Amino acid sequence: MKTNIAQLPEAIVNQIKPPVVHPIWLRVTHWLNALAVIIMILSGWRIYNASPIFPFRIPSEWTLGGWLGGALQWHFAAMWLLFFNGLVYLLLNTGSGRLWKKFLPLRPTEVVQDFVKALRGKLQHDALDHYNAVQKLAYVSAILDLILLVVSGLAIWKSVQFPVLRELMGGFDNARVVHFCAMAFLVAFIVVHIIMVALVPRTLLAMLRGR
Amino acid sequence: MFKKNINPALDTESILKDAQRELALPSRRLFAKRALTLGGLSLLTGCNITDEPSVNRMLERISRMNDGVQGWLFDPKRLAPTYTQAEMTRPFPFNAFYAIEEVPEIDGADYRLEVSGLVSDKRSWTLQQLHKLPQNEQITRHICVEGWSAIGRWGGVPFSYFLKQIGADLSAKYIDFQCGDDYHTSIDMPTALHPQTQLTLTYDGQILPPKYGFPMKLRMPTKLGYKNPKHITSIEVTNTYPGGYWEDQGYNWFGGA
Repeated sequence: MKTNIAQLPEAIVNQIKPPVVHPIWLRVTHWLNALAVIIMILSGWRIYNASPIFPFRIPSEWTLGGWLGGALQWHFAAMWLLFFNGLVYLLLNTGSGRLWKKFLPLRPTEVVQDFVKALRGKLQHDALDHYNAVQKLAYVSAILDLILLVVSGLAIWKSVQFPVLRELMGGFDNARVVHFCAMAFLVAFIVVHIIMVALVPRTLLAMLRGR
Repeated sequence: MFKKNINPALDTESILKDAQRELALPSRRLFAKRALTLGGLSLLTGCNITDEPSVNRMLERISRMNDGVQGWLFDPKRLAPTYTQAEMTRPFPFNAFYAIEEVPEIDGADYRLEVSGLVSDKRSWTLQQLHKLPQNEQITRHICVEGWSAIGRWGGVPFSYFLKQIGADLSAKYIDFQCGDDYHTSIDMPTALHPQTQLTLTYDGQILPPKYGFPMKLRMPTKLGYKNPKHITSIEVTNTYPGGYWEDQGYNWFGGA
């Protein structure tokens, strides 16, 4: 009893002010990134429809821009938001050391174990400020995918001026395939991400108000 | 244990209960359902955001800014990659804003290239005169704004050489092109002086066919397809922004590759 009483002040303090899970800069860059990504994807789909790489088109009602010219305007406007917001995110994430603390170490065995748990419905969100191995892999992959999207996009946009990027992508035509596949991966990530949020609404609150 | 239970933000059981309770609510299930359908995205694309004048002005302003960025990125010494004849796209595709049946028929014998604007020699040019100028050849990739590309072989006069012949003011900003198919476009002077910018008279070793722009087109591998005018009838060197057929409708003016 006496021990409990001694702990009471600390407990009260913690209850009054729960720890911040997501700092303000993370929340801002997350939502700006979401906005940029949605515009890039929807306008990108309209651009894709003008000259499809694969034997299918995306329904025009799902696309943004109205026509090729409009879609290009949206795409090349949102690319700056994606680029600079992404730059800010990476700088703050690495500068604060949060990137390493949250996402490393990332061990294959842990990923497999947690993935199996997830399939069995036994994987729990132990804490909002702690990522399980599958989450770590997902978020690191999403970051790398966004970087690949930017690089392949620049290779397409400026194929003559950025010869290194062009050759890195395997040439102009191949850069288009890379860009498309990176987009497809990102869409898949978004779908799973939204499903997870819908299952655990508290995570949405954490990304809105920080805790 | 005591401390853990006190802190709801980090309580596993509390979180699980929250999730279960939320999913039991019809409104939450509707949220999850709606969020997970692409139909929800239609709300974004279906709204009038793309027709809002202020949004369109913002997009146009950013597009003009992108003109500036591309101009800044443009390296006058950087060459587009060249290819071998084996790598050529055969047949090279026809592409225009009209059908191939509507390609203009221009009489080469009567043809005159008109020159105007900031140039010292405004005399028009016959095809015969143009063919007597130094000729070069390139096998480069044509990139369409739509995304497809094709490799072709073009021969003609280096445009920088031609500009010097007519005594063009090389410090002028723009060069405007009017065409026999009612097309028009314009380019920046640095691109005009680029070594691969060519006043094209032949394709794949033959006189330029009508479907590829007879009697003359401007070939620029550093620009997208819509910046490469065909059936050119007049060239004007100017400091007044001339725009272009597609550019006036919303395409990016610089259109560089």
